[in-house]
Order: sequence, then structure tokens, then C-alpha cells
Amino acid sequence: MRHGKWPLIVTFLVPPVLLYVVFVVSPYLQAFQISTTDWLGYSPDANQVGLANFKTLWHDDYVWNALKNNAVLLALVPVLTIVLGLFFATMLAMGGRKGRAGVTGVRGGALYRTVYFFPQVLSVVIIALLWKEVYHPNQGLLTAALHGIGLSAPTWLGDPATAFWCVLAVMVWSNVGFYVVLFGAAMSAVPKEIYEAVLLDGASRFTTLRRVTLPLLWDTVQVAWVYLAIFALDGFILVQLMTNGGPNFSTDVIGVRMYDTAFGSETKFGYASAIGVVMFFLTLSVAVLSLRVGRRERIEYS
Amino acid sequence: MNRRDILRRSAAAGLLATPAAGLLAGCATGGGGDKDDAETYKGTKSEQNPLGVKEDAPLEVVIFGGGFGEEYAKAHEAMYTEKYPKAKIKHSATQEISKTLQPRFVDGTPPDVVNNSGAGQIDFNGLVSQNAITDLGELLAAPSLDVPGKTVKDTLLPGAVEVGSYDGKFLVLNYTYTAYGIWYSNKLFTERKWEYAKTWEEHIALCKQIKAAGIAPWTYAGLHPRYMSWPLIATAIKLGGPSVATAIDNLEPNAWKSDSMKAAADAWHQIVKDKFILEGSPGLDHKQSQTAWCQGKAAFISCGSWLESEQKDVTPAGFNMTIAPTPSLGSGDKLPFEAIRGTAGEPFMVPAKASNVAGGLEYFRTMLSKKGAQDFTKKVASLTVVAGATEGVELPYGLTTVVKALDASGANGFNWVYNNYYRKLERNLVDAACGEFFSGRIGPAEFLEQCQKGADSIAQDSSIKKYKRAA
Repeated sequence: MRHGKWPLIVTFLVPPVLLYVVFVVSPYLQAFQISTTDWLGYSPDANQVGLANFKTLWHDDYVWNALKNNAVLLALVPVLTIVLGLFFATMLAMGGRKGRAGVTGVRGGALYRTVYFFPQVLSVVIIALLWKEVYHPNQGLLTAALHGIGLSAPTWLGDPATAFWCVLAVMVWSNVGFYVVLFGAAMSAVPKEIYEAVLLDGASRFTTLRRVTLPLLWDTVQVAWVYLAIFALDGFILVQLMTNGGPNFSTDVIGVRMYDTAFGSETKFGYASAIGVVMFFLTLSVAVLSLRVGRRERIEYS
Repeated sequence: MNRRDILRRSAAAGLLATPAAGLLAGCATGGGGDKDDAETYKGTKSEQNPLGVKEDAPLEVVIFGGGFGEEYAKAHEAMYTEKYPKAKIKHSATQEISKTLQPRFVDGTPPDVVNNSGAGQIDFNGLVSQNAITDLGELLAAPSLDVPGKTVKDTLLPGAVEVGSYDGKFLVLNYTYTAYGIWYSNKLFTERKWEYAKTWEEHIALCKQIKAAGIAPWTYAGLHPRYMSWPLIATAIKLGGPSVATAIDNLEPNAWKSDSMKAAADAWHQIVKDKFILEGSPGLDHKQSQTAWCQGKAAFISCGSWLESEQKDVTPAGFNMTIAPTPSLGSGDKLPFEAIRGTAGEPFMVPAKASNVAGGLEYFRTMLSKKGAQDFTKKVASLTVVAGATEGVELPYGLTTVVKALDASGANGFNWVYNNYYRKLERNLVDAACGEFFSGRIGPAEFLEQCQKGADSIAQDSSIKKYKRAA
């Protein structure tokens, strides 16, 4: 076996690493380089301007406004999604009342799982258009429902006071299904004996969730956390299609700023790359932080 | 290392792949370095061939696949090959002009003709400041393809050259001719015995009447509120004359806060104050608001002359959409009521580094021939910048009213171009201010203040090239 190790490593490791370097790492390095130029993107000419782009960025109110929105998303989207995901997954895995063992799901679990997962099957573009119609201030489902019970409705995406929360709700909605399935899979890997023992000891459902399920799922939750944090720092497609950052920049996010600077209202690729570089470091720090903060003692059950 | 570690590490590695910064660079830098003119095609100029097209040189045309489709371009290409049968034409259409062509501009191998339009349009300020577009002066001076005794320039409608000119150089051929005004359904107005108002006072009185009849007088695209800046600025220009527009275009200090703009903003604030706008409009996008208008929920909407073809599928039969100029503020107006904003739109360009520049220009000459223009109008129901090209072409109802409105406006027609010079100013900044203003969250003074602030921020941004135009 031993002498066969190197060919194996070389065949299976070198090509992917090469691909990764060429298609992921090198564009990054280029982005860093471009961010120090005033390149306008439609000719090869660019001047080195050092850190001038970053200096402008520091004083750019629109960028700060977008970052603020991303910060709110970062604080809320992962928490809401994970809590909802855990809740639904628990209900599906052990919400049922049947039997003494107590670890059965609610009736029709498979159907619910499909329903929850449904948004995941749709393309984000379709989700955005779908919700734009739901939020239609005159004929939308939401407005009609509120009118139906005699309440007045806001203009949803047309009002800076509500637009941001409308988009946030769609972000959570479109993500929950995936984490229901993810958590559900992780839960089914937990041996039933543990639950049976806990139930025999007389633990309530909530205690079971908090003291047994959650610790056993912690690594999965952490991964979910990191992915959702990255999602919250991006949020580009939904925002771009539903509101394009408006009204009056109330739903703007940093990804939309970058796109708008490069392809939208201006063609400043140097400056857009600077925004991208900032985004890169922000995402990296958030991910590293959430991995650090989330570190717990591992519980082994096998 | 157990499987949890693997999972965790793969998540961390996933990080590197996620944000879009690398992507941006990845699609942006195609190569670089100047292309030697190894493959530039030149032919000999003659009376038959005034632009010096090389007969067998291939021609590449990229069309924006939007509302006009691409069939019209294929027809123009067929006309081109009729004259140059040996030329091979490569045709493609895309919705994302900017993303598709950006690497090719950097690489120095752009196509010969680009229809730079749509939401994914390349910002012209960026292109012009990088000298990426061919000067079309030679085309203007060339004789028209099928109007004897006239140069191409002589066949164009007034304003067609100005709108595509930057610092006096004609760089962008805007092929369609668009009128911007206020639209209403002639059917609705005839049924109710309403008459379109010529002064602002009458307009407000009419709005009251319409509201009393249970119809909202106005609606607008709340998610693209800049549509409402058009009638507002038009009102100001009609009051104060075209210099109001030149001041805005030239980023003059306090251009947005001129007396005319103040009077116009005050007037338009009335329809917000008196709740003459369809409830919920601030939350509608352009299609949704136009549809509400077609359904008879609102009487007026502000739009350009593309409205009719854009709404083709949802307009009820006999709706008879009609364009009208903005009402006059009073007897002190410098321009008559009939004056309407008319401008050339749908930009085409020949990139400076195109290999077949002469072919590109010749293709434009084909488009600007009477035959080419008529074919376009027939196919997509839109006017072109070629004068008199609608003769003998049967037009749909709305477009007929556009032609009439433009005729009545005549030499009093006006236009502004700050939106071409500084895309960001209209698309982002004025847009945001309009959203606040027409939803009633801010008053006229704050509205103009916010627009002015936006204009000032453009004026102070040294990375944006500035253009000036004469009155």
C-alpha cells in the first residue's frame, strides 16, 4: 500500500488544487490588485492609485448605509432561520404523540418536509418575482388578506419603513426549508436509545431539545451559522430583484453597491473591487469569529 | 481527524469560494495589452462606397434583446449583405450587454456594432472617457443611402445628433425617436366627457373630477420613481425655457433649485397633497403601475413612447392610449403648451477598436436609410430618428398620437441629457429623491435639496468625466 500513496495523492489532489488556484485564488489576487487602481473597465488602461479607493470608501455614506443593513441582516437572518429550522425539524422528528418511545414525528411529516423544502427547489429569481407579487400593494396576497380581516396594509416594498423587513422575511422563508432538512438528517443520526433514556428520566420536550438534541447537533448548527452569516453578508440577488436597494437606499446591501458600481449606474471597476476586497475581509472575519465563538466541548456518542 | 472536522473545514473552505469579489475580477480581466491593428479591414473609398468598406470583411453585430426583439436587426443585416454579398455577418443578441462585452473591450476585440441598451447597458460616461467609441462624424457627412442629394445628417430629426454628442463629437447613434409625456386613455376620457387640461389649475380641477368619479387621477412606478422626474422637469423647462435643462446638464451650482424648478416642484406636490395618486403606487414597479393604468384604475401615467408596445399584451381593445404634453404652469411660460420632450433613444455604437469600423458605419448608414427605418417602424412600432420615415406606414393608435404631438411641438421641443452624461445621478440619486417626494414623505424644498446634493456629489467626484453642452 505504502508505495502506492504518492501517485494517489498526486492524481486526486493536484488537479483540484490547480483548478482552485486558477479559478478561485487568482481572481482574488487580481481583485486585490485592481482595487488599488482607478480602472474603469472598458480599456486596458489603469493607473495605480494606492489606497485611494479605500479612503473614498471610508467616507462613502452609501457604503456605510449598505453595511449597516448587512449588519442587521447578519444579526437576524441566521438566528431566525436556525430557530425556525430547529423548531420545524424537531416537530418533524419527534413532535408526534404516538407510542411510548416518544420519538416519532408528527403525522404527514414527509409532506411537511416537502412543503418546507419547496422554496429551495425554486430559483432565487423566481422567489423574488413571486414575492414581489405577494407584496403587490393593491392586488397582493398579503394586502388582500389584511384587507379581508379589515386591516389597512402598508405599501410593503414602497415604504422605507417596511421594505427592509419584507426582504428579510423572504430571506428567512427561502432558507428555512434547507435547514429543516439538514437538521432533520442530523437528528435522525442521533441514536434513539438516548431519547428513550431521557424520556424515561421524565424530561420534558423542551428540556430534551435544549439539553440533548441541540448539543448533539451543535456542529451542524455551527455550519448552518457560518453559511447563513455569509448569506446575510451577501443577500444580493433577492435585494437586487425585489427593490434594487430602494426606496431611498433603505434595503441597500454591500453586494448591490458593488454591482451597481461596476455594472449599474457607473463603471468603476477599481472602486468596485475595493468594495469587494472589503466584503472579502468582512466575510472572512465573520466566519472565523462565528467558528471561534461557537466552539464547544464535543459530545461523542459513538 | 474525524468527520466533523472535515465538515467544519470544508465549510471554512467554502467561504473562500463564496463572496463575489473574485468573480468580479475573474470576468473582468480578459487579458490586456493593446491589440495591434493586424486585423483592421479597410477598403477603397468611392462614390458607391463613401465609407471605404472592405467588401469581404466580416461584420459582427451585437443587439440588446429587449422590447424590440432582434428581428429588425436581422432585416438590417440582410440589407447590408444585399450590398456586400461577400461579407459574412455574425449576429447575436443578449440582455446583458455590459457583462457580455466587458472582457472583449479590455481585450481589444469588441464587436463592430453594439446596441448598448437595457438595464445591463454600459455606462456611456465610462466608455467615452476611455475613448472606446468611434467618432461617427464621417457617417454624418456621407451621402444617404436612398435619399438622393442628402447627407445622412440631413435626413435626421432635430436633436438626434446632439443627444449622442459628447464635447461636440458625435459618438452614439440613438436610433429611435422617443417622446416623453403624460398618457391617458382617450376612450375613458371620451366616455366620461373629460378633456385633457392645458394649464396646471385646470389639471388639478380635472383630477378632482376624476377622483370624484372613483378613479385615481395618477399612478406611477414607485419602485422606479424617476419616471415622475420627467414631467416635473418638463414643467420647469416649459416655465423657464431650455436654459433650465442646460443648467442641470452642466451641473451648474443650484441648478436644481432654480425658481422654475421650485415652481414646478410646488405644483407637482399638489397631486401628492391632495391624494390624487392611486393608493399603493409607491410599492408598484413600472409594469405593475402601467398595468393598473391599463385596467382603468388610474387616469394618468408618465412614460415614454415605448409604453404602447410594452403594454401590448394587457391593453384592452379600443383603449386608445394618447400622449399629451405636461400642462403649462401659467401664462408666463416661456414655451407653449404643445412643447414636448422629444429625444433620440436606443443607443448604437461602433467601438473604437472594432476590426471593421467602416463596416459598422456602413451598417448604420443602412439603418438610417429610408428603407431601413421604415422596416424598423413596421416591425416594432416605434419611430426612428430618420425624418419622414413614417410616411406610408400604418401606425398603431398610440404612436399616431406621438407623431401628432411631436409635429405640434415642432421647434419648441426640448430635452435634457444629464441622464446620459451621469447615469448615476438619475438612476440612483434623483430616483431616490423622487421616491420620497411622490410618496409624500418629503416636501418640495427637501426634494430639490436632495437632488441638488446628488448633483453636487457628481460635480465633486473627480473620477467622473464632466461634459458641457451649449444651450
